[in-house]
Amino acid sequence: MLITLLVSIAVISLISVFLSLLMVIADATIGNYGVVKITINEGIRDLEVLGGQPLLRSLQQEGIFIPSACGGRGSCGLCKVKVVEGGGEYLPTELPFISEEERAQQIRLSCQVKVKNDIAIEIPEELFYVKEFSTTVEKIRNLTHDIKEVTLRLIDPGEITIKAGQYIQFVVPEYEDLDEEVYRAYSVASPPGDATHVELEIRLVPGGICTTYVHEHLKEGDTVTINGPYGDFYLRESDAPIIFIAGGSGMAPIKSILLDMEKNANPRSAQYFFGARSKRDLFLLDEMKALESSIPNFSFVPALSEPLGEDNWEGEVGLITDVVRKNVSDAQASEAYLCGSPGMIDACIKVLTDLGVSEDRIFYDKF
Amino acid sequence: MHNFAIFFASIFTGNILLTTYLGMCSFLSVSKELKTSLGLGAAVVFVMATTTPLNWMVYQWLLIPFGLEYLRFIVFIIVIAAFVQLTEMALERYSEGLYQALGIFLPLITVNCAILGASLFMVIREYTLATSFFFGLGSGIGWALAIVAMAGIRQKLKSAKIPPGLEGPGITLVIAGFMAMAFMGFSGMIALT
Ligand SMILES: Cc1cc2nc3c(=O)[nH]c(=O)nc-3n(C[C@H](O)[C@H](O)[C@H](O)COP(=O)(O)OP(=O)(O)OC[C@H]3O[C@@H](n4cnc5c(N)ncnc54)[C@H](O)[C@@H]3O)c2cc1C
Ligand code: FES
Repeated sequence: MLITLLVSIAVISLISVFLSLLMVIADATIGNYGVVKITINEGIRDLEVLGGQPLLRSLQQEGIFIPSACGGRGSCGLCKVKVVEGGGEYLPTELPFISEEERAQQIRLSCQVKVKNDIAIEIPEELFYVKEFSTTVEKIRNLTHDIKEVTLRLIDPGEITIKAGQYIQFVVPEYEDLDEEVYRAYSVASPPGDATHVELEIRLVPGGICTTYVHEHLKEGDTVTINGPYGDFYLRESDAPIIFIAGGSGMAPIKSILLDMEKNANPRSAQYFFGARSKRDLFLLDEMKALESSIPNFSFVPALSEPLGEDNWEGEVGLITDVVRKNVSDAQASEAYLCGSPGMIDACIKVLTDLGVSEDRIFYDKF
Repeated sequence: MHNFAIFFASIFTGNILLTTYLGMCSFLSVSKELKTSLGLGAAVVFVMATTTPLNWMVYQWLLIPFGLEYLRFIVFIIVIAAFVQLTEMALERYSEGLYQALGIFLPLITVNCAILGASLFMVIREYTLATSFFFGLGSGIGWALAIVAMAGIRQKLKSAKIPPGLEGPGITLVIAGFMAMAFMGFSGMIALT
């Protein structure tokens, strides 16, 4: 009896040990790609990394952060990078996210491409300046029933260089059912002048991973990791009149831009249309009103689409698209900056082009 | 002769998916598109045709001599998992084309019960090494045939009007039932023993 038991244990262990050994050997031989070279932007930077890992991860380990929202599972389609050489064939997992045009340009999902040999890639230069920051939550306050303002104080590095309007990525740690870090993009609401703080405006998305974490778990004093800055949503240098349009948490980047304009006493004429459903969705009204007097040529136009009786609302009523159409007559020379839901942005782009704004002067971040 | 009989029987009369309903999970989830189901089908053919004889060797030469037949479940699973893992690594390294076509599906089928099922049937039916190979190959082809047929039907189904409660897995199971009945038409031809 005892003998049978021992024999079975021995045989099972033997098989397992043999197979594990086989795997270890395979890992060290078949799975070992040695040191390979990643050439970035024709040699502006060269990296030497251990092969066999996804490109996204290899770059991250060397301090180059490609925007990504799904943590490399191939489900967000954000981690696009141009692979000039050595990327191999497209994988079926990439194809849903890659358009014909991008395919012709060799744009790949960097979380799916494995670095198996020397590889050459091109990335926007600004990504070199993207860093990872550890921060602590200095303050959390409610802006509306579903938007919280989160102020982060940078610890390491202690300062960030950012353009007004850009965004950072918030790293959500493992919590509850989440068994893997995920990243979510949030526009920075604080002005670049304050390099030691990053202020975010985060709207609760029911069932959302990051927003639930921020609204229900995050407390003042907690540690938060972010990386950034990213994005090309910032004020272009020109004299053109500006039309800002935002809804909900789309306020964030525009607030940063406005505070920056205030600091520089920017004389450009600017109109800011802010759309909300009813009064309980409006916030920072006093701050925006105050900016009307401190920015030379600025006016703020809040509009409600469904004001309630008790709101006693005397301002503009209607969809933001209608309000813009009503208040803007000639926009041929204007630049437009939009921020909000994809639906809202698409509708606004249509109105703006109708009003004569050329499409290459319309800038937006779709949330 | 016997081997060929087994081979054809395991494709048609004793189709592992449609007669024993093994390997259902990937059958239901991956049969949405013809191309992916072809890839998965090919991966199953390969893995079944190789792991069944491999497990035969482990069983005859290791488990029987030590009187450990009762350990076959766990041992077969470990062998299949290790083999699949190794194959995937090798494909990824040495053959981009094959990795594209087969490799990415391999992790999906490590835990496919049809594959373990084939190894266990091979034991119950006391096949020889050669027969095990033909049985594994045939079962794999049978499974692939079924999933490809299902994918073909499901592509047509996209434009069909399906009662709301039956959408997705519901209607797929109903169709699998019909397919099984259709395959019963083969049952008089050759028996799987
Ligand atoms: C450049 C940029 C800047 C941003 N800035 C801000 C900001 O300043 N403030 C802010 O609040 N948000 C901002 N966002 C949005 C933010 O990044 C998150 O997407 C959002 O907060 C939801 O994250 P989550 O993890 O809570 O939700 P997730 O877990 O990602 O899920 C969101 C919810 O919506 C559903 N869902 C997911 N995708 C879709 C879809 N395509 N259509 C319909 N439903 C879907 C999910 O099932 C889930 O219920 C920005 C996004 C971008 C790209
Ligand atoms: S990181 Fe999300 S698709 Fe690559």
